[in-house]
Amino acid sequence: MASIDAHSLREHLANAPQAAFFFDNAADVAFTALDRGTSLSGRLGALAGRSVLVATASQLTAALALIELDGCARRITILPPDADPDHLPALIAAAEIDAVVLDDDSIKHVALDLPVRVICAPSIVTLEQTPPARVHTEWVMLTSGTTGVPKMVVHDLGGLTAAIVAKSAADGAAVWGTFYDIRRYGGLQIFLRAVLGRASLVLSSAGEAVTDHLARLARHGVTHLSGTPSHWRRVLMRPAIRSIAPRYVRLSGEIADQPVLDALRAVFPHANIGHAYASTEAGVAFDVNDGLAGFPAAFVGRARDGVEMRVVDGALQIRSGRTASRYVGPAAPALAGDDGFVDTGDIVERRGERYHFVGRRGGIINVGGLKVHPEEVEAVINRHPLVRMSLVRPKSSPITGAIAVAEVVLKSDRNGHEAQHIEVRDEILKLCRETLPRHKIPAAISFVPGLAVAATGKLARRQG
Amino acid sequence: MSVRLTIFEQMEEVAREHGKILAPLKDDLVLADSGLDSLGFAVLVARLEDTLGVDPFTASDEAVFPLTLGDFVKVYENGVH
Repeated sequence: MASIDAHSLREHLANAPQAAFFFDNAADVAFTALDRGTSLSGRLGALAGRSVLVATASQLTAALALIELDGCARRITILPPDADPDHLPALIAAAEIDAVVLDDDSIKHVALDLPVRVICAPSIVTLEQTPPARVHTEWVMLTSGTTGVPKMVVHDLGGLTAAIVAKSAADGAAVWGTFYDIRRYGGLQIFLRAVLGRASLVLSSAGEAVTDHLARLARHGVTHLSGTPSHWRRVLMRPAIRSIAPRYVRLSGEIADQPVLDALRAVFPHANIGHAYASTEAGVAFDVNDGLAGFPAAFVGRARDGVEMRVVDGALQIRSGRTASRYVGPAAPALAGDDGFVDTGDIVERRGERYHFVGRRGGIINVGGLKVHPEEVEAVINRHPLVRMSLVRPKSSPITGAIAVAEVVLKSDRNGHEAQHIEVRDEILKLCRETLPRHKIPAAISFVPGLAVAATGKLARRQG
Repeated sequence: MSVRLTIFEQMEEVAREHGKILAPLKDDLVLADSGLDSLGFAVLVARLEDTLGVDPFTASDEAVFPLTLGDFVKVYENGVH
């Protein structure tokens, strides 16, 4: 798509209501202030036509930078808060990044030798020069869940906002909130909904406690609130959930199961509760608003709102104008097949007139939004001298959606000694704690006499 | 050992493993203030399934979201008996 989008994000803010603000726990910025002002210390011109990395610590400054850079920078690469700093050199080389936007907090941590460094701050100053000539800006988002350097996925504003335009989200009286960071695809959708609808957006601050965030959402009268099922499960355990009364509750980013939908229905009996399916590569595919898990089988096979879906070998594939166009880099693999369908890797299963998500083809375990590669954990367990082999698999969890558990086969003649099992289990856990982040440590370890091996010679993994 | 004591013991164990400090365990303790986070509770529920043989959250068709420790223990007591 080479055409220039109808309006840049800044232009969308023209004539915004006086009451529309971005909020975090330290600052608020009126949409109207950005119409003629800048958060980039008067240096917007220095970023014109460049490939810019947005590496702010706060979501608020990221939001301001994105509005200003759209239509100005040649390419915006959005760095998620959990990005591994060791990957930065590779990302900068691949996306030919020659400028960075930082804020007061990230400048201490991000040491980059780039020709242009600009500080973004929520204190808006008058935009002295006219904004630079409009360019078509590429938006680059990073994938999550891969080992090694994340893939860089290219979108443009037209594709990113297609689902929003189709749904005509304009609602001046809305106040949006998101538990999902706006530097990830699901959160970015909420940021864009707020901007296009000229409606306030309440952002969380780095390290802010959930109860504090909830209190601010209540104070600003949030009407539209979005998060992953895990975010919502966490919030459902807080009495403070009773202090908010959103009209629209949205879930995305993970499988929304029936218990979490029902629990939200019980707490918000009058809200419209919807779960959306989207991915960084495939874009927004659909919203489900009937309160039931899964999605109608009728969604598959014919175009709806410009989105076509099909199921191939159990995996959902999507073709639409909302999918990313490609991965960055000369040697990058193709993002879509020859016929334009993007393979999501999400495995679905048809039950009656509905499809349900059953897991990832790759078998990655999703622990509350954090990814666990079973093989990585097995490698640690297998370092124990008494362990023969191990299988790490997902176990469904009412709290984090899934959690990793391990089955361990001990070396011969060690099986069957209860006392020794406890000792070995404690040693394995200690080994895991020393080398793995908390979410990757198996919640439970059981000892089994053997594990099935498939014809390929690989451990047989049951699909989560 | 009673269901209640088993739960308390497992909570201490998970808290120790996760380097968390538990609030004094009593019935009106709000779970969110107990010192265990989401991951801690996920591990706790998985462990309790091993020791008590039941996961009342997944077993039940109704969504259960206990707010206090007393509620949490009751969910298990109802699930076990």
